[in-house]
Amino acid sequence: MGALRWSENVTAPDIAIEVEGLSKSFDGREVVHDLSMQVRRGTIYGFLGPNGSGKTTTIRMLCGLLTPDTGRGTCLGYDIITETDRIKRRVGYMTQRFSLYQDLSVRENLEFVARLYDVPDPVGAARAMVERLGLHGREEQLAGSLSGGWKQRLALGACTLPNPQLLLLDEPTAGVDPKARREFWNEIHAMAGEGLTVLVSTHYMDEAERCHEIAYIAYGHLLVHGTVQEVIAQSHLTTYVVGGEGLGDLAARLEQTRGVDMVAPFGTSLHVSGRDAAALERAIAPYRNDRRFTWQQSEPSLEDVFIDLMSRARDNFQDAA
Amino acid sequence: MAAADAMGARGFWLRTRAMLIKEFIQLKRDRLSFGMIIMIPLMQLVLFGYAINTTPRDLPTAVLLQETSDVGRSILAALQNTKYFKITHRARDEAEFDRLLASGTVLFAIEVPANFERALRRGDRPAVLVAADATDPVAAGSALSALGTIVTTALRNDHAIPDTAAPPFEVRTHARYNPAGATALNIVPGLVGTILTMTMLIFTALSVTREIERGTMEALLAMPITPVEIMLGKIVPYVIVGFVQAGLIISVGALLFGVPIFGSLALLALLSTLFITTNLSIGYTFSTIAQNQLQAMQMSMMFFLPNILLSGFMFPFAGMPAWAQWIGEALPLTHFIRIVRAIMLKGSTFGDLRYDAVALTALMLIAMAIAVTRFRRTLD
Repeated sequence: MGALRWSENVTAPDIAIEVEGLSKSFDGREVVHDLSMQVRRGTIYGFLGPNGSGKTTTIRMLCGLLTPDTGRGTCLGYDIITETDRIKRRVGYMTQRFSLYQDLSVRENLEFVARLYDVPDPVGAARAMVERLGLHGREEQLAGSLSGGWKQRLALGACTLPNPQLLLLDEPTAGVDPKARREFWNEIHAMAGEGLTVLVSTHYMDEAERCHEIAYIAYGHLLVHGTVQEVIAQSHLTTYVVGGEGLGDLAARLEQTRGVDMVAPFGTSLHVSGRDAAALERAIAPYRNDRRFTWQQSEPSLEDVFIDLMSRARDNFQDAA
Repeated sequence: MAAADAMGARGFWLRTRAMLIKEFIQLKRDRLSFGMIIMIPLMQLVLFGYAINTTPRDLPTAVLLQETSDVGRSILAALQNTKYFKITHRARDEAEFDRLLASGTVLFAIEVPANFERALRRGDRPAVLVAADATDPVAAGSALSALGTIVTTALRNDHAIPDTAAPPFEVRTHARYNPAGATALNIVPGLVGTILTMTMLIFTALSVTREIERGTMEALLAMPITPVEIMLGKIVPYVIVGFVQAGLIISVGALLFGVPIFGSLALLALLSTLFITTNLSIGYTFSTIAQNQLQAMQMSMMFFLPNILLSGFMFPFAGMPAWAQWIGEALPLTHFIRIVRAIMLKGSTFGDLRYDAVALTALMLIAMAIAVTRFRRTLD
């Protein structure tokens, strides 16, 4: 009972997820390293990072699908190691791959989930969810024959049907068109407004900016977290936006210059960033007066920050591994 | 044109080779399948080569001696000497004599009647009664056909009876339950079990691997459902399917082949349900061990073959060496074939079939226990 007490005493009631020092290895390869995080109730928490960075593994540890090698923590006040059964009853988990039954109809899938969670009147609950999802008229269509956007809506509907307190969404919008993505995010914001906590992993920067808070994870290390503004401020990155002609040549030359840490083309402009503002100034000085280019200092974009974080993480962790 | 053809042939060979190399690599990756390629033929050859014997020896036999006499003992000794019979039970009365046969404990029961020796000396040609369980005509057949002459010769050599031309006594054989030795009466009840084994195993063997391969297992594991609930939920629908199948085979057997059902239909239904559930549990166990659907299928086939060959369905169970009989006892089909032949052909009751019912239940519980412990609740 000691472990149970720990969870209930330490966790404040407005905290949905609190974990400390989570690590997980597969076949001797560490996928998540000493990860600690805190998610307040009612927030949308974005989980960002490149492929294979440990996002899915972390989410699976939170909902009891994986047992952490070390570390401890709570999810909705329940211990993530000893109380997974209670967590499962209160958490909706949307897997990365579509995981409803392709050979069941929309209605049958929803009724199955409703019955599993002992929702009163499963038939009525499924019907209500069909209406809410705008799937009216498609109830009897097989889930496997739905388009990507509808599948994703159905999957979201299935994991919100039992009224969870926390949603774990693993790259829910991968391969979904922009309109469906926007509707999806509107839905998530509406649910968060009703008090639901949402942890969502994504690759898309525009989606990161729709989150209340974000965390960035690379090579299993949680590198930075906070609001989007906090994360950008913490990066200490100085960025210039360059416009004009012949940017390709300029990019190639700048990449070889000390003091320039990152050069990224954005449409007709170029983002040039450096961690050391003074060094960056020196590096770009020879090109500042070139008539062909227009230079303008700007706030780094979230993508600039993340790509910089990733390259730093690679230097720090990958070589050591 | 010649050059173009050569290019075409070269292209054909290159593409075929690319495909071939890929298939070999994939085969090598699937360790279990690779192992089975070697193990299945070796194991089965050795196993069945030594185990199967169509002229069985040492068949379990009961005797009922209504009088104690030297001649009676000589007859029994002679029977044992034929190697066909092995006296395992001594019945005390007619009732026990019948019960031993009905329960399948013995395949033969021999009765030496009262006043046998006196009648023999008077030259009355008394009869020794040999009752055989003919539900399996192969097992009973060779022993019965050899019986009369072998016993007479043996007794003469013992000088127990006068060396006259005509045998001084009669061996009266009685092929019980299947007097005509009709193969259909033996095969149809056996087929009920064989067909059920094959279909039931496959149904559940694919059930867990299919969820893993389709990606639905991850979501299922994240929901509040326990391994026992998943298992029961997957087995129960097929119990009904199996029940319908069994009913179909038995009805067709009765209509087309005239196979009778002497025993209780309710008992047959009850024990069939037990057998169906046992096979479904075993299939489900395979499903929790196999990593993909192919492996699950291979395991089912590997289990299916001994069920056919060592259960007494194709070859007489009593004719197998002891070790093969032990393997047979661990197979559900062995018990079910005894049950179904006994109920349909002998009219046996639950009391006669206790042992086989208990064995089936034990096999089912063992399979379920393995399945529940093997079932991974996490993705670790």
